[in-house]
Amino acid sequence: MRYLPLTDPDRREMLAAIGVDSIDALFADVPSAARFDGLINLPRAMGEIEVERAMSRMASRNVAAGSVPFFIGGGAYRHHIPAAVDHLIQRGEFLTSYTPYQPEMAQGTLQYLFEFQTQVALLTGTEVANASLYDGATACAEAVMMANRLTRRRKAVLSGALHPHYREVCETYARFVGFEVAAADPAPGGDEDLTGRVGPDTSCIVVQNPDFFGEIRDYSELARNCHDVGALLVVVVTEILSLGAIVPPGEMGADIVAAEGQSLGNALNFGGPHLGLFASRDKFVRQMPGRLAGQTVDVDGRRGWVLTLSTREQHIRREKATSNICTNSGLCALAFTIHLALLGETGLTRLARLNHAAAVSLAERLEGIPDVRLLSRTFFNEFALQLPRPAAAIVDALAEKGVLAGIPVSRLYPSRPELAGILLVAATETAMSEDMDHFERALTEALS
Amino acid sequence: MSDWSRAASNRAVEDPAIEVETATGNRGLQIEENLIFEQGSPGRCGVDLVDAAPFPARLGGLERQGAIGLPGLSEPQVVRHFTRLSQKNYAIDTGLYPLGSCTMKHNPRLNEKLARLPGFADIHPLQPASTIQGALALVDTLAHWLKTLTGMPAIALSPGAGAHGELCGIMSIRAALEARGERRSRVLVPESAHGTNPATAAACGYSVDSVSGNLTGRVDVGALKAKLDTDVAALMVTNPNTCGLFENEILEIAAAVHAAGAFFYCDGANFNAIVGRVRPADLGIDCMHLNLHKTFSTPHGGGGPGSGPVALAASLAPYAPLPWLVHGPDGLELIEHKKGEANQAIGRLKGFHGQMGMFARALAYMMSHGADGLRQVAEDAVLNANYLRARLESDLSLSFPGLCMHEVLFDDRFLKEAGITTLDFAKALIDEGYHPMTMYFPLVVHGALLIEPTETESKASLDQFAGMLKTLAAKARSGDAKRFHAAPRWTPRRRLDETAAARKPVLRWRPEAVALQAEE
Repeated sequence: MRYLPLTDPDRREMLAAIGVDSIDALFADVPSAARFDGLINLPRAMGEIEVERAMSRMASRNVAAGSVPFFIGGGAYRHHIPAAVDHLIQRGEFLTSYTPYQPEMAQGTLQYLFEFQTQVALLTGTEVANASLYDGATACAEAVMMANRLTRRRKAVLSGALHPHYREVCETYARFVGFEVAAADPAPGGDEDLTGRVGPDTSCIVVQNPDFFGEIRDYSELARNCHDVGALLVVVVTEILSLGAIVPPGEMGADIVAAEGQSLGNALNFGGPHLGLFASRDKFVRQMPGRLAGQTVDVDGRRGWVLTLSTREQHIRREKATSNICTNSGLCALAFTIHLALLGETGLTRLARLNHAAAVSLAERLEGIPDVRLLSRTFFNEFALQLPRPAAAIVDALAEKGVLAGIPVSRLYPSRPELAGILLVAATETAMSEDMDHFERALTEALS
Repeated sequence: MSDWSRAASNRAVEDPAIEVETATGNRGLQIEENLIFEQGSPGRCGVDLVDAAPFPARLGGLERQGAIGLPGLSEPQVVRHFTRLSQKNYAIDTGLYPLGSCTMKHNPRLNEKLARLPGFADIHPLQPASTIQGALALVDTLAHWLKTLTGMPAIALSPGAGAHGELCGIMSIRAALEARGERRSRVLVPESAHGTNPATAAACGYSVDSVSGNLTGRVDVGALKAKLDTDVAALMVTNPNTCGLFENEILEIAAAVHAAGAFFYCDGANFNAIVGRVRPADLGIDCMHLNLHKTFSTPHGGGGPGSGPVALAASLAPYAPLPWLVHGPDGLELIEHKKGEANQAIGRLKGFHGQMGMFARALAYMMSHGADGLRQVAEDAVLNANYLRARLESDLSLSFPGLCMHEVLFDDRFLKEAGITTLDFAKALIDEGYHPMTMYFPLVVHGALLIEPTETESKASLDQFAGMLKTLAAKARSGDAKRFHAAPRWTPRRRLDETAAARKPVLRWRPEAVALQAEE
């Protein structure tokens, strides 16, 4: 086996050094009733060629986004990733290192986490960010639990325009962790008003911007309403690139920002691994979940980095930790940091503008199709269309024609027939004009 | 290392005149590297993008005002910066990484290549099922391998890492108890457990009741039985445990747990020791998470991403989180909502369907090894750890005598007289070019040093490592405390002030003027 360096003579020599006569003797503590003798019923070892063949066959049965006109978003976006990103994250010193528990041997990881935290704070317009969580949905649940701790209240109000997966994850955590979530009805169109939902028992209101249906809103007033009654405002961002174009949540008064960072540096990956971003105010930092890299000095007075405030974390605090999270999304955070370093201020704002331009152009084409109505008054790179027929069947029909047209909202809200005609459509910088033509033609045909 | 190079390096240490300040602060291949924020220039950009032609914006007047504050860098600057940062890291690619309970094994590059096939990396989780049959087949195949290896009938694939898998397991257990109309309030956790175990139990609303160990480093079955009653929801045990020992009374433990109507949760962090030789189902386990980034070699990436599938017994399978993967009339399909057979599911734990990129890597790893290779993995991992134990037991202080599994636990008794702590000893390993072992964990022995070599180390590598540890132990015993207190000396940074970092946290870069203002 190519990954195993011991030879049979090595093994014999080592057994002799240990003073036992067989490998089986090393497993003597395993009760004999529980030992599995012989080989488990699975295929035998394969060489690289065979494994590559078998897995390539599986891969070839999927329609890769880059091979067709592609307009799916809904919390995972297809962007161009500069070649340098994937090259750098595959350097073995990044790829194959552990959590930086020994800072003298991990200054590389710690420094990029410090850079990552700074980038996330700048983008979200907040004071402080952590070193990542699993994904946006779990970051959202962690945000609610942090708000519960900070306010000593147990009821969160979720916007009806929050990504349904984020809502569902919050509901799962709520049931088992023991808090309450009140989710508003699904709210396409940007008219939702949650002001009346904030009460003295509310720990936080959770809104999304741009929201699940694409709408961009100013939540400054809602933030004030929350603060007036001692509640917090949590703002979710599922398309982090939007913050290259629109007012960031921190500037609107958000207390906690929970976001999905996949758009920068990370491929779609069929939904994972993605990158949970988590940011808040300095004064709340000791209630934050997850790891934090911090600046310090070494014994010679030189600047360096360490993991810090770990008394919040499970390996120190055990059952009193702020979260049970341990492994997070380190390498995805590195990809994000490198991509954003390449973009810089100029590149990020340009890329955001290109995305918005593509979406505006596509929306204009599609709303010209008879019986198709654009529901989103405002949007960044994703918008909602009202179709005259159930969107799910249209999406399947377009897939047959080689167009991945978007997300039928019914897939996420199967029990809401009133939403069955809504299609979410995303256009990023990767959508070419001819892709849009193709989509427009195919949708026109499917509806005629 | 040849004698010649050893002589040369010794001379360098002994002659203080050789320690010169360089003009740059760099020391040969150790290059000082500023933050990206200190290197940027406005207007510079590492990506060429056209500026969109004017168009009517639909941002509702919420255009971002003012600069974000991101630095502008060219591609060569970015490549150099991150390459230099990488060179400040130790990694399994650069050397033995003996972190106990972390399973730092070789990460095959085939896995990286295959996970990047556009058919896996460039597909969207909400594409129509007809366009992702290959991806679902991969998930199905992975599930089959994991179910077969654990002997368990069901597997939940969505958890994002081990601790998330623990949440999934304990939530499933609570759901099963609630379905029986029971509200139990305690979870039993041995003293030697990972911190995530009590943190998970507490997060799910349980009070954590600690179970003491016996003199052999295993769960004290008598103490456990005394705590077991109808108020106990679950016992969470790591097996092999974090002392590197197999819980030899596990069948009795399982029977006692079940007799009390509780569930038996196993932390699968140490599955590497038994994969292919022991099926957890045969140990009476009801629920176990697997860290794909440990046993199945997906890279740790400096702290993630991981993946934490949870194997479930039939009694817990109905509560597995969404989505479920099922074989339908048109091929494989995902059940994404509570309905039909999935109506008792605990709900969703994560966005989308799980860590697909990690699934692809883990499957490539398992297919490469096969049933025979995986069994060999466990055997070689246990052999390597026992070999180190045999080589080192007269030099370091072994916490529990006798055979170990895939990792071996020492404590600080051998350092007591010398005025050297476990931390000092670990830092001295760094100067020798090794990543230290896990320190101060598990908590059941004083000044723990937990060594897990994994199966991907050669005998020569183990011999060299053992030789180094013997030399350091001898130096410690001979009273050479200074060398340990001063270590590490040859790293980009020496010991860092963690107390100062926590007392006055600086968690992001700020322009100098702003930073100064903040200090005042």
